[in-house]
Amino acid sequence: MSKHRDLGLTDFEYDLIVEKMGREPNEVELAVFSLMWSEHCGYKHSRPLLKTLPTEGPRLVMGPGENAGAVDVGNGLSCAFKVESHNHPSAVEPFQGAATGVGGILRDIFAIGARPIAILDSLRFGEVAESARSRYLLEHAVAGIGHYGNSIGIATVGGEIYFEGPYEQNCLVNAMAVGLIQTDELIKSAAAGVGNVVVLFGARTGRDGIGGASVLASAELDTDMEKRPTVQIGDPFEEKKLLECSLELLDRKLLVALQDLGAAGLTSSSAEMAAKGEVGLDLHVRRVPLREQDMEAFEIMISESQERMLCVVEPDRVQEVLAVCAKWEVNATAIGEVTDTRRLRVFDGDELVGDLPVEALVDECPTYELEPAEPATPLYPAPPRVLESEDPGEILLGLLGSANLASRKGVFEQYDALVGSRTVRRPEQADAAVLLLPDPANGDKLTALSPSKDDDGPKPAIAMSIDGNGRRVAADPYRGAVEAVLECSANLACVGAEPLGLTNCLNFGNPEKPHIAWQFSRAIAGLGDACRAFGIPVVGGNVSLYNEGGEGPIYPTPVVGLVGELPDARKSGRLGFQTAGDVIAIVAADSWAPSNAASELSKLRGEAVEGPLPHVELGELKALHAAIRQAVRSGSLSSAHDVAEGGVAVALAESALAGGLGATVSALDDLFGEGPGAFVVSGPAEAMTPFGAAARVIGEVGGDVLSIEGALSVPLVDLDRAFTRGLSDLLE
Amino acid sequence: MRFGVVRFPGTCDEVDAYLAASRVGEAEILWHADADLKGVDAVIVPGGFSYGDHLRVGAIARFAPVMVEVDRFARNGGLVLGICNGFQVLCEAGLLPGALLPNTSLRFTCRQVDLEVVNASTSWTNATAVGDTLSIPAKHNTGRYYAPDPVLDEMEANGQVVLKYAAGHNFNGSVRDIAGVSNKAGNVVGLMPHPEHAVDALTGSADGLKLFASAVAVPA
Repeated sequence: MSKHRDLGLTDFEYDLIVEKMGREPNEVELAVFSLMWSEHCGYKHSRPLLKTLPTEGPRLVMGPGENAGAVDVGNGLSCAFKVESHNHPSAVEPFQGAATGVGGILRDIFAIGARPIAILDSLRFGEVAESARSRYLLEHAVAGIGHYGNSIGIATVGGEIYFEGPYEQNCLVNAMAVGLIQTDELIKSAAAGVGNVVVLFGARTGRDGIGGASVLASAELDTDMEKRPTVQIGDPFEEKKLLECSLELLDRKLLVALQDLGAAGLTSSSAEMAAKGEVGLDLHVRRVPLREQDMEAFEIMISESQERMLCVVEPDRVQEVLAVCAKWEVNATAIGEVTDTRRLRVFDGDELVGDLPVEALVDECPTYELEPAEPATPLYPAPPRVLESEDPGEILLGLLGSANLASRKGVFEQYDALVGSRTVRRPEQADAAVLLLPDPANGDKLTALSPSKDDDGPKPAIAMSIDGNGRRVAADPYRGAVEAVLECSANLACVGAEPLGLTNCLNFGNPEKPHIAWQFSRAIAGLGDACRAFGIPVVGGNVSLYNEGGEGPIYPTPVVGLVGELPDARKSGRLGFQTAGDVIAIVAADSWAPSNAASELSKLRGEAVEGPLPHVELGELKALHAAIRQAVRSGSLSSAHDVAEGGVAVALAESALAGGLGATVSALDDLFGEGPGAFVVSGPAEAMTPFGAAARVIGEVGGDVLSIEGALSVPLVDLDRAFTRGLSDLLE
Repeated sequence: MRFGVVRFPGTCDEVDAYLAASRVGEAEILWHADADLKGVDAVIVPGGFSYGDHLRVGAIARFAPVMVEVDRFARNGGLVLGICNGFQVLCEAGLLPGALLPNTSLRFTCRQVDLEVVNASTSWTNATAVGDTLSIPAKHNTGRYYAPDPVLDEMEANGQVVLKYAAGHNFNGSVRDIAGVSNKAGNVVGLMPHPEHAVDALTGSADGLKLFASAVAVPA
């Protein structure tokens, strides 16, 4: 008897299931348990650590546990957001894997009633210059994201990509979605009302994605091709109809509860609805509209076919619900009832084929204490040396032209960043995307979430950013994770936004191995400490473990998505220099201590991936970010950009390229070192006064050359060539 | 003036078009399944992916009940603007000459482009002047305008080439840099770039508003 092992359950877990059931589970029941107790659904190696993250904040509206988190953005509105991984499916079939990653995270947003308005994505691949496979994965993942987001009409406004050897076999595709909703219209997923009807609507159910959560998402990847049938196929047109249909159902107050079908399909959506509502559900699998007629009961229960939703409806509203679905040309079928049994019962015709205790499925999945141990030897090989020059000008060109720092234009131009007409800052215009909030005066339903057409007065907006540098976390898991939060907060500060809430996607290797457990626990400690110091609640997220194969684990990659607010989008900060004659200043914390450890330069030089990363005073950085934010909001600065990968020299070059203006800068102590706590800003001299001693004027905007005294003098055209071609040449 | 904005399943830009139109007049949504234009003075067929672009872009939408009325309205001189997917639909419906083919890059591209006004006397460009440059975003997969040379020659002679991509801005490979065209009478115009996303300088440009203002300026 090893069927449970094929499904990813241990003998211990199987025995526990037998104990909870009071008997041996049948095939349907075992399939359901294997999914609900998978790492992906049950968080069995991560739950104890996740509980240490701060989840309270004054603006929090909905925290972890629902389909997405939400924060208050004023005027009775909430912003819902969440990031989720689709790593393993994307490694197997990048176009569909990435596309359905976007589709899945969008459903999480509209499952709570919010209208999605933005997508961001965080991608990791192997060395794109060396690896044809990584180029293939990049091309197809980007195409898949664009295909889904563009076709459904939701703006892809930001994101980030890094290329590193340890992602060669395990690429990462994390997608974040952001939505808006009137706070009093948020809907939860708890099933309620014994006798109410369970309606499944959306696409038909097929055999795609069977076992995806347990087989793909909860174990190490090895034989890719055999797993291709477990990848789902996305249809953004179906989801567009599903989105409009779901929002109309909610607008008409026809639903008691709503839940999307994601990992583990009908199984997890129904079990979670029942568990949250403390009720039972009877489901009739033969009523489910199928794509293939000969599907087994267990296959129907665990299929991960995309573009499906499950709702609970009062019996006398069912006809209205079906009529709205028919209007949007969406299939809808009553497939079950809410009961008081607290059991999930599955019927195949008249036959009871599964009878499962809901609490055991959802709340009693065993959790495992990790056994962290700091590795005695380096986990990751040093990258190959690709830069020999010691000349600062050549180093700068090498950095700007490296795949990690080069322009992402060839990627983001494949995404519609503008639909919704609310995008104030597009990619490469600023450190964070800025989107207008709706005008409370828009009375009608159609435009209730659209920006104002009044051209006067302040324009409240939200800003968003996503980041997470795996190499730095690999070098120093605690400080690297702290830096991910700081980087996002710094990005928001540069457009004038204050953080409201954070979502994270924790991408790690196999947590059952002590050194991965060490990375994971140190990184979560860092995330938690940074969030607490900055007063930012974690509103939800996702964990993706087992990202490793024969060649070892990925870099530990906690990806952080941050949403903030700004009072007036007309004052949104810009990345590029604007005006010749402006002074340039570095605004830095006292504790800022950039170093070469785990920097982009260290990578190009083939140095070992090792820490320690610079120490940071979180309280001081919080004050620094606030000072930058205030200066941007006042409108006194022409540009603001945080010093990150590639150090001050790259930050200066990026501001010069974005503005099409050169700069003349005095001698600098450190050109390429990295460490949080500094910004490059430009503006009139008096704009630097409010920063006091934190600002040090280093030069002036103007000309068509970037020159740093005693170090380098490079024409903008040369910088531009390196920056523009670094990645796009690899894609042609 | 009252604008009607058509909504098919898969349409994405109807709310933006509605808001753009309501900056200069009133607007309402026209549902694809209703053969009823609700007495509007002008019709906008907006962008998106009607019917999932299944079969061929715009090929299914042209058979929607509402399009029967749009066709009748257009042939009676009613003002009709097709944007992006709407342009594709109007070409499929035979209301505009030519066709839209996949971009030469075979990629979806989203980019702010400069357009040059070639004909400022159509119902949708009369608030501009010939030679004006309009900064308007384009975003599409299938925007390469094509018609055979004799047709193009005739269109140019008739003033049916309304908007061209400025030098260096024709990213999709359109023949003769054509970005927007009209029917002979100039009451029906289609273009690939999105004027409805260019109505506020804060989000990039307000140049697109001129197209909507043009329709309002047409004598009733």
